[in-house]
Amino acid sequence: MFVLKIIIRNTLRHKLRTALTILGLALAVMAFGLIRTFITAWYAGAEASAPDRLVTRNAVSIIFPLPLAYKEQIEKIEGIKQVTYATWFGGIYIDPQNFFANFAVDHNTFFRVFPEYIIPADQLEAFESERKAVIVGRKLADRFGWKMGDQIALIGTIFPGDWDFIIRGIYVGRDPSVDETAFMFHWDYIDETMRQTMPPRAGQVGWYALRINNPDRAAEISETIDARFDNSLAETLTETEKAFQLSFIQMAGTIIAGLQVVSGLIIGVILLVLANTMAMSARERTPEYAYLKTVGFRPFHLTGLIVGESLFIAGWGGLLGLGLLFAVSKPIGVAVSVFFPVFNIQPVTVLLSALAALLVGIAAALFPTFRAARMRIVDGLRVVE
Amino acid sequence: MIPISYSVRNLFSRKITTALTVLGIALVVFVFAAEMMLSSGLKKTLVATGSDDNVVVIRKASQTELTSILQRDQAEVVAAEPEIAQGTDGSPLLAKEIYVLINLPKRKNDETSNVVVRGVNAKSMELRPQVKLIAGRMWQAGLSEIIAGKSVAERFKGCGLGETVRFGARDWTVVGIFEAGATAFNSELWGDIDQMMSAFDRPVYSSLTFRIKDLALFESMKSRLESDPRLPLELKREKTYYAEQSRAMSSFIGIMGTVISIVFSLGAIVGAMITMYAAVANRTKEIGTLRSLGFSRFSILRTFLLESVIISLAGGILGLIAANFLGLVQVSTTNWDTFSEIAFNFSITPQIIYSSLIFAIIMGLVGGFLPAVRASRLKIVESLRAV
Repeated sequence: MFVLKIIIRNTLRHKLRTALTILGLALAVMAFGLIRTFITAWYAGAEASAPDRLVTRNAVSIIFPLPLAYKEQIEKIEGIKQVTYATWFGGIYIDPQNFFANFAVDHNTFFRVFPEYIIPADQLEAFESERKAVIVGRKLADRFGWKMGDQIALIGTIFPGDWDFIIRGIYVGRDPSVDETAFMFHWDYIDETMRQTMPPRAGQVGWYALRINNPDRAAEISETIDARFDNSLAETLTETEKAFQLSFIQMAGTIIAGLQVVSGLIIGVILLVLANTMAMSARERTPEYAYLKTVGFRPFHLTGLIVGESLFIAGWGGLLGLGLLFAVSKPIGVAVSVFFPVFNIQPVTVLLSALAALLVGIAAALFPTFRAARMRIVDGLRVVE
Repeated sequence: MIPISYSVRNLFSRKITTALTVLGIALVVFVFAAEMMLSSGLKKTLVATGSDDNVVVIRKASQTELTSILQRDQAEVVAAEPEIAQGTDGSPLLAKEIYVLINLPKRKNDETSNVVVRGVNAKSMELRPQVKLIAGRMWQAGLSEIIAGKSVAERFKGCGLGETVRFGARDWTVVGIFEAGATAFNSELWGDIDQMMSAFDRPVYSSLTFRIKDLALFESMKSRLESDPRLPLELKREKTYYAEQSRAMSSFIGIMGTVISIVFSLGAIVGAMITMYAAVANRTKEIGTLRSLGFSRFSILRTFLLESVIISLAGGILGLIAANFLGLVQVSTTNWDTFSEIAFNFSITPQIIYSSLIFAIIMGLVGGFLPAVRASRLKIVESLRAV
């Protein structure tokens, strides 16, 4: 108790300096937490994927479609519960800046394979019975102020022309990790138009999503499917939904790696700030350490005092930083929702931030401790400020 | 006026504190500069890809060649236009091309990434003088042969000279390697368009590129063709077309980089503040002495601000030196506008050096201001009495 009292008293000797140090640490811990949250946000899509879902796409690359005729053949394969399909539409809402995910889905089966999109039964029914109907995510509707029954026009990029839709449903996610910014409409709508304007592009789907009975058989079923279409004009590649999502996340691999480096550097900044404060304090207190040694305190007592003070400051900085992180993550999450539909602070981020503060607390005390412990009493007493 | 050497020598009297503060600022400036170098490297590469007097034709609203489709008859109409320059053989200098993405595994870790395959004709090379064959030979018409851009050849399995790569249900032999400087073409595979069309079962073009006789003709040609109801097309100067492809990524890097730099700099500013407050506290007596010798309050303020700026400037220079070494690093990433892999270098520009140093000086000024004000406000008698 007594030692703790000395430590606290020591931190209060330069109130401004201690306060600034805690502030600097808090800002840096917050920045660290934010960057880690960005990194986890990239992976949100993959984390949210279901283990019992597989995705089949064209083996050449995602830009090549697969024939609709594959659906029946895939359905016949043993172990598959349900098959649905979707096509990336890539339409633009007024301006390319208003980017959001929009794709055409099989209206009869899609939401059965993806039960994490929660849609009121009457809305789903209304969606299913109308060709131009669309279901949008809650966050997307909020972003543009859309309401049920609104008419929305998208400009086609992959599918030429202007396309009209009517909002017949707004879904919410089953849990916070579900993307609530998607725009999903009838695949039949684009297919009918293609049949009239560009017949070779009719009857094509972007990818199949399949639900299987037993997630443990994912690898085996994937192989069966791909073997079935081997040497055909459109060979397939089947993988788990998670692997499929990861292949998109990988596109930002370089940026994620960069962010990891930056999050490491920020720990460096925290360390420098705290180390500076600790070195300054220790320097000023050199004669005191000599007195303490003279009256019989051992080097480990001094170590305790210095490390304790460092940890004390780091602890407060870390706590305040985490507080700030939670405070700013909401508005930042809203601001970046275009890039990151799901932006939540993960428990692991909190843990890492706390750990970083702790390590910095210890590391910053190393040099002053070393010096104080090694110092000869006479030299210490001789120091004049 | 108090001489500058007074500020400088004070910094040297507390080496550890000064060094720690300089390092903190250097880290921040490093990150700040690195983020801008990344974005400028990407832009530079894409801008260099386009040639000044080339024009790209894609379908209206399709944004990139990837989503663009040109019917054969539409292409023929454009190809007959009088503004198109003539090649060495007297025929129009125009290339009808097909542009697709294929998944290929990387040599390094087997991870797959999207690589551009461009079906080209004999004019494609002539249109892009920066593309030069550096090994092997050109593909031969009618054969499943391709030539590979240098950075694809280095990074992807099966793309080296003499190797084979499988796509479109065929094996393609890499018969040549081309070098295209720091351009997007360096990250592409090129082969005979007729072979590509049948392999991918795509009987349509993605884009059309031609050399225009005179750039002054561009605007009138653009408005004439774009208003032709038979042609749902869009004409862009090749330079503009490629420059636009850096938009999504560089705006993302820009926003992210700015947010990170600002938050980061707050940490360093606080660090500088702590150092400067300590400097003021340690030298209270000195300040009293200077004041009693007749130096004005303003003079004291300026001296401490100067000291802080010297620290931050030193940090800025150190950070820039470190960032400069990033120029040696080649980055390869998927460009979000085109969905395909592109290789480029961090690139430093005078503009980046300039902004980084300004950024450093601002950090020094902000961090040093309050401590300097405190120093200038000390009362002579009290400060002389300080122990």
